Amino acid sequence: MTASKSEALLELQGISKRFVQRADVAEKLTAKLTGNGKGADRVVHAVDHVDLAIRRGEVVGLVGESGCGKSTLGRVITGIHPSTEGVMRWKGKTESEMTGEERHAMRLAVQMIFQDPMSSLNPRKQVRDIIGEAPLAHGLIKKDDIDSYVEQVMQRVGLDPTYKMRYPHQFSGGQRARIGIARALAVQPEFLVCDESVAALDVSIQAQVINLFMKLCHELNLTFLFISHDLGVVQHISDRVVIMYLGRVVEVAPTEELFKAPNHPYTKGLLSEIPRIATQPREFVPIKGEIPSPLHPPSGCHFHPRCPYAMDRCKTERPVLKQIGTNRWSACHLNDADNKPAGNA
Amino acid sequence: MNTSTRSLLLEINSLQTWFDTRAGTVKAVDGVDLTLARGEILGLVGESGSGKSVMGYSIMRLIDLPGRIVGGSIKFYGEGTQNEDLVNATSDRMRRLRGSHIAMIFQDPMMSLNPVLRIDTQMIEAIQAHAKVSNKVARDRARDMLGKVGIPSPEERLQAYPHQFSGGMRQRVAIATAMLNKPELIIADEPTTALDVTVQAQILYEVRKLCRESGTALIWITHDIALISGLADRIAVMYAGRVVETGLVRDVIAAPRHPYTAGLMGSVPSNNPRGKPLRQIPGMTPSLSNLPKGCAFAPRCERATVTCQQVPQESPVGAEHKVRCFHPIESIPAQSRHDRIKV
Repeated sequence: MTASKSEALLELQGISKRFVQRADVAEKLTAKLTGNGKGADRVVHAVDHVDLAIRRGEVVGLVGESGCGKSTLGRVITGIHPSTEGVMRWKGKTESEMTGEERHAMRLAVQMIFQDPMSSLNPRKQVRDIIGEAPLAHGLIKKDDIDSYVEQVMQRVGLDPTYKMRYPHQFSGGQRARIGIARALAVQPEFLVCDESVAALDVSIQAQVINLFMKLCHELNLTFLFISHDLGVVQHISDRVVIMYLGRVVEVAPTEELFKAPNHPYTKGLLSEIPRIATQPREFVPIKGEIPSPLHPPSGCHFHPRCPYAMDRCKTERPVLKQIGTNRWSACHLNDADNKPAGNA
Repeated sequence: MNTSTRSLLLEINSLQTWFDTRAGTVKAVDGVDLTLARGEILGLVGESGSGKSVMGYSIMRLIDLPGRIVGGSIKFYGEGTQNEDLVNATSDRMRRLRGSHIAMIFQDPMMSLNPVLRIDTQMIEAIQAHAKVSNKVARDRARDMLGKVGIPSPEERLQAYPHQFSGGMRQRVAIATAMLNKPELIIADEPTTALDVTVQAQILYEVRKLCRESGTALIWITHDIALISGLADRIAVMYAGRVVETGLVRDVIAAPRHPYTAGLMGSVPSNNPRGKPLRQIPGMTPSLSNLPKGCAFAPRCERATVTCQQVPQESPVGAEHKVRCFHPIESIPAQSRHDRIKV
């Protein structure tokens, strides 16, 4: 999607992830007897045909409300969930084109940092083992070198190496976030997926962790997919922003352009709702309604029930992600020339 | 908006709420003075562990052992109550005040709503606990209130259970329940922290509208200074159990005088040039059981001197603007600051 394919470190093509709950016998039976359609399997389209390409060294922000599939997409990329459909290319190769060795290298190169460090760190393990286990298991270091290696990684993320024998509960929230980052860095990844990694932190600690991310990005030439619902944070650190709504990408744009001139009505709504420092009570113009259930997504454009510009066409036809400028894509029927309403430049 | 022109509703003087633990006494709230006028919206801002939630619980007298209010007074000038000190009120009296004069909205509505009772049962119970009214009247009132907080088709939703609501809707139910008896004061403890920005904006909008309409005073406890700056009339910033700065929003936000407030605002990403390192406050919030001597912020403060080993007293720096600091920030880089702040 961006530039030429050869430049992309990671490329997603039509990636979908569906979670299916099969109807049980009782449901099928009642459906047959009563004749209503409830006997069908329940399908959640968590991620619905997402195309995305991420270049080396890029920081991409992935933004959306809870339930929009942003975390699922992150998990598909890291290989925690297999995708239901679509092709993922790592350095130009799909998984089936890779040798076993290459596949292994890809898994190591893509690492994830989770939202809640307390539930992603083993409470019964010392920090030394949490950070040192993976590189040892993958043969990146020898057993004798664990201590010096762990100390080096801890220093890199701003943790005092003398704390390496401590357990996760002995650390503060900000330090735990750093342990999570250190664990991901320990296997020398190229690509990091950060799933709401700063959401649970206090503002002053959040600033420290964000600064750490930016430092690491420069020092280690890392590529980031930064998943967050906090547009303020995303605006600060990302080069490019991807907005998701109910499993679909609705807008992709370079950060500055997106915040200057959002194109999709949903993006516009989101931007107007970021809390900004203000010196007087401000007016809130909330987007109406809530994100619909992904079990029964609206037809056509998923956003049409909440969209102030919805037309008849939006109810039936799914808008495709179209290029609307250099490096800018948006999935909205309003961008088609004949549908442009007055005042929506 | 001026405290002096409006009648006083709540006056807290040197309130101290301490917790006795095996590791020593945790001074969660240590000498807080606060006033609140009728119908005023106060934002109580602080990071985790600053004692802001304990403040809210203290006013509600919901502090359990090992916590206790060891000193100070909470004067409540409610309707039909005369100069009442909540610290000394009997538990019977508090029970009558809670829910009718003072109500609280908690962070997690799943914890404050009973999962096995329908919404109507819970709301009617809240009304009948304080007023002798028929089921029919109470039910109608509950329905109207649900409609006011923006719940579609309230008549049907009354019969739903909490788990049938989404997070945002649940919080609306909690807010509706809190407003049922037209309280004079609502304490909201981070009610939108767990919600999406879109839902958060909707709820802020509803709450502010309702408070303005009914003249209810509101204490909004939050860690998000950006959020509260657009909602509140006045702001109080807490650090390590003390209020370090308080004043009208436009004064505090436009020109913070306490180094901590300034640092807090500096670390908000949208207040920083994009892509540049964020300004950060070094170190971390101190443990409340082992506070530094004197000013608790001194070890993290670049303006700290030897004087800061004593406890600074609250001193006025402007009309209604008070700060607890020996070396408050004096000059305002006026133009540059105003450029950054988007009103």
